[in-house]
Order: sequence, then C-alpha cells, then structure tokens
Amino acid sequence: MTYSARPIDPTLADESVGMSYLERLPRRMVMVYLPLAIFVFVLLFPFYWMAITALKPNAELTNFREYSPFWPSSPTLQHVRYLLFETSYPSWLLNTMIVAVGSTILSLAAAVLAAYAIERVRFPGSRWTGLAVFLAYLVPPSILFIPLAVMIFKFGIYDTKLALIFTYPTFLIPFCTWLLMGYFRSIPYELEECALVDGASRWQILTRIMLPLSVPGLISAGIFAFTLSWNEFIYALTFIQSSENKTVPVGVLTELVRGDVYEWGALMAGALLGSLPVVLLYSFFVDYYVSSMTGAVKE
Amino acid sequence: MAGAALTRTDASTMPVREPLLQRRGFLGLLFMLPAAAFLLIFLTYPLGLGVWLGFTDTRVGRPGVFIGLENYQLLWEDSLFWLAVFNTILYTVAASILKFALGLWLALLLNEHLLFKALIRAVVLLPWVVPTVLSAIAFWWIYDAQFSVISWSLMKIGLIQSPINFLGDTTNARITVILTNVWRGIPFVAITLLAGLQTISPSLHEAATLDGATSWQRFRFITLPVLSPLIAVVMTFSVLFTFTDFQLIYVLTRGGPLNATHLMATLSFQRAIPGGQLGEGAAIAVAMVPFLLGAILFSYFGLQRRRWQQGGKD
Repeated sequence: MTYSARPIDPTLADESVGMSYLERLPRRMVMVYLPLAIFVFVLLFPFYWMAITALKPNAELTNFREYSPFWPSSPTLQHVRYLLFETSYPSWLLNTMIVAVGSTILSLAAAVLAAYAIERVRFPGSRWTGLAVFLAYLVPPSILFIPLAVMIFKFGIYDTKLALIFTYPTFLIPFCTWLLMGYFRSIPYELEECALVDGASRWQILTRIMLPLSVPGLISAGIFAFTLSWNEFIYALTFIQSSENKTVPVGVLTELVRGDVYEWGALMAGALLGSLPVVLLYSFFVDYYVSSMTGAVKE
Repeated sequence: MAGAALTRTDASTMPVREPLLQRRGFLGLLFMLPAAAFLLIFLTYPLGLGVWLGFTDTRVGRPGVFIGLENYQLLWEDSLFWLAVFNTILYTVAASILKFALGLWLALLLNEHLLFKALIRAVVLLPWVVPTVLSAIAFWWIYDAQFSVISWSLMKIGLIQSPINFLGDTTNARITVILTNVWRGIPFVAITLLAGLQTISPSLHEAATLDGATSWQRFRFITLPVLSPLIAVVMTFSVLFTFTDFQLIYVLTRGGPLNATHLMATLSFQRAIPGGQLGEGAAIAVAMVPFLLGAILFSYFGLQRRRWQQGGKD
C-alpha cells in the first residue's frame, strides 16, 4: 500500500482507506480497533473455552461459585490421560491420519494429471471438462451419502478405512483440479515449448518442468485437501460402524457422549487434541492456506 | 488474463505444436483417466443412483422395487418435511445475510492499516480451519442449559435473572444454530472478500476523496462495484454449504426441540440411516437439488459477468 505524498486537505481526507495515517487516534480506536477486538474475541472465545475446560478438574467444571469459570485454578491433565489410555482415541487419531493422508495423495495425483490435461494438453472438449470439474465441486456430500452408502455396502468395504479413502476424493479431486488449473495457467507456455523443441515428452514436461514450478500450488492443494478430509463428518458417520475404525470427529461425538452424563472435560480435551493437527498445519502454512481458499473462489 | 489468452491462441496455432495435435485427444484422455474414473464411479453414478433410489422403497438390507412418485407423494403430505423445508430456507437466508454483512465488515476492518495485521488475519480464520464438529462440541458446552458461560456472565452483570435455555426452546434454538453457523462462516467470507479488497488501488479512493466523496459514497461507488463479482461467487458458495449443512445441527440439536431446527439434510439422514428408509431419505436429498441448481446458475452468471468485466477492462 503506497501513500500519496501530495498535500491533502485534512477535512476531506478524513478516514480514507489509503490515507488512514491522517486519521486521529481516538476515532480509529472506536471505528476500527474496537469492532475488530469484538470480532476477534467472539471468533476465538470458543477455543479458549475448549482449552480451559479440558484442563479443569471435574470439580471445577460446574462449580462457578467457588472457582472463577475463566481460569482453571488447579489445571490437570486427567482428561487427556483418560482420553489417551482409557478410550480408543489414539486409534481414532491414527485412522483420521491414515484416511486424510491416503485420500489427499490419491486426489493430488489424479488432480495433477487432470489439471495438466485440461489446462495444457487442451484436448477437444477440455473447456467443458473444466466446467464439469467445477460443477462437481459444487455437489454437496449431504445429497450423495445415501447412494454412496448403498454402493459401499455392495462393494463390501462398509466399515473400513477404504470406504472413506475412496469417497473423500469426490470432493477433493474437483477442488484440487480447479486450484491446480489456476497454477498451471500462470506458468509461461514458452517453458513448455522450449522443452518440446528439445524433445521432451509430455510426461517429462509435467514432471520436470510443471511440477517443480507449481510446488506452492501443490502445497496449497495438499494441506487444504488434508484439512477437508480431516474435518469431514457425514461420510465418516454413515460409512463407519465399529468404534476402532472411527475418525476423530465421529468418535468424539458418538463414543464420548454416553447417556445423560456428559464428560465435558474429556469431550473438550478430545475436541482440542483433534483440532491440533490441522491448526498446527495451518499455522505453518497460513499464506498457502489463504491463497488456496481465495484461489478456489477466484475463477 | 488477456495476456495468457493471447499466448494460448498463439501457441495452438504455432507450427511447432502441430504434430502433437493428432495425439492430443488421446493424451488428454489418458491424463484425465484417473480423475474421470473416480468422479464417474463415486460422484456421477451415485447422483443417478440417488435419483433412482428416490423412486424406490429401498430399505437397509433389502433392495427396493420401483414405486414411482410414492415417496414424493408421502413427502408432499408430510408436515415434518415442509417444516424442514421452511427451517432450511430460514436458516440459509438468515445465516447468509448475517455472514455477508459481518464478513464484509470484518474484511473492511482487516483492510485497514493495522498493527499485527498478519497475526490477526491468521487467527480470524481459525473457526474455519478447526473441524466443525469439534468446535460445535465446544459450543454445545457453551450453550449448556445450566452451566452456560454466557448465561453466567449475563447473570453476573445483572442483565438476566435465570440461565438462558439456548437449545431447549424452539425460537432460541433456531437463533442459536443460525448464530453458530454465522460464527463458522464469517472467516471464509471475510478472508475471500479481503483478497478482493486488496486489489482495489488506494488511488481510486484518493481521487474520489479529492472530488469530495463521503466515505459512504466511496464504499457504494468504488468498493462495492469492484467487489460485486467476487461477492456473487462467495455468497453462492456460502448459500450452497449453508443449505446443505448437516454437522452443526447434528451436533447441537439433532433437529430438536420439536423438530424446530430439522434441516432437509438432517431429516434425510434421520429417515435414511437410523430410520432405514433409504428410498425416502434419497427422495428428500433429491428435493434439495432444485434449490442447489438455482444457486449454481447464480454462480455461473456471476462468473460470466466477471470474465466479461475483465475483458471489458483490458
């Protein structure tokens, strides 16, 4: 953002976007920082609440009179210990990891080839194929899960991780393809043409030239696909029955809630631990993440 | 954009690439094969199968027979189905409007010159990154009828006398799930609109300010028109995902109290999986399609307009 050095009448320049340095501080406090603080507080409070509830001993959870609800007075890891050693939580984590990694790799491989074909091989009908990929991205899981459940039962992979690894690509492949098409489009044609003149095959162009140049795109698509599969719920809820095959979101919701007694501490610890992998991944790759999110929407 | 298009047409007419043209169809087919096979088997076929199931009386463990429009007839007379349709529309419209207004506001705030801008932008996206089911579980505890921290704080300040029954009362439950959905959706709207805002050159605002435009006029005649194609697309996505939402409702209320928060997706799940009526569940899912098609057409025209605008600019 560059600021103009021209002299501007301060009365006219009042609260302009590119001229915010001319604003007086008190006004900026009320107009910008106060609403922003409220936004950030509301958006983050549930996570804070999740974290401190996970650390509170059971006695403190519902006793607001003797303990301040906003701070654990004697923090404990008993809920985490219960979760890790007395429930199937570790195997849910492992399942989610296997399913997310498996479906991400599968989808990325298929999406790279498809995006390259649509964007650069330009076979007859590639434009329509691109449009079809976009439309496929818009098909929501909540209208597919019933027929998919019927199919998965017929294939004999009901209640296995394979059921999820095969169905998650239905929303991952369209997304990754769409994203990678945008990346491939930004790579100059001349590079490919030089390689063609030098006698490279299409496969060599893809693996030696296009892929190294689109590493940021691959990272974006990869972490985004991983997050989407980590967070998926309705397929995992429908296709998995046995406790040891469940993923984290399904396991926490269906196994930790028993009857009327909610073990809030364990529930929150489960939610916290289950969010940690994607949040860590996100914190390392914020920019890739934002670019993949905006890239998917921007054409 | 136009530059890329130019290169592309240049490239396809270049004699160097001529010999490849014969193999192009075959190559394209080969490269498309994995993705196409996957999507045809696990996306296109289930879509068709879903429509077919809607015309049958399939149950769990028993293949059904064709019964024509009977499922749809039953649904037509089913007051619960119509309640779900009403709830879904209410949920989608209310949540989308709020998400758009608050998301745009947050985007405008984030577009200001701020201290710790990158950090704020990063944490704001968290509700969208964390698995919805897990954050919904945290909300479930926050909305607890007895030990809600919101009720406690409000009682401490003296605004209310007794705890709010967030999820037990029909009106409260509707408002609560809508606001929770808004909480989850704001970051997506805000961050994508922020990307659009950052493309607006400050000199436009400076020029308008010199001409005496007020801040509202600058928003209305500069920011909004430049942003509108992006808004169309973002809101289509938002409407689409809100309309087909399942996770939030399933965790918070399971459709209750008195089915006041049952959406079409949750009703479809309830009838098909625990209820075992796969045919009827599929019929409800199919009934969602006309609404989705409307949203997709809206998106398509939004995109078209965007291309046209870009073409017009160059």
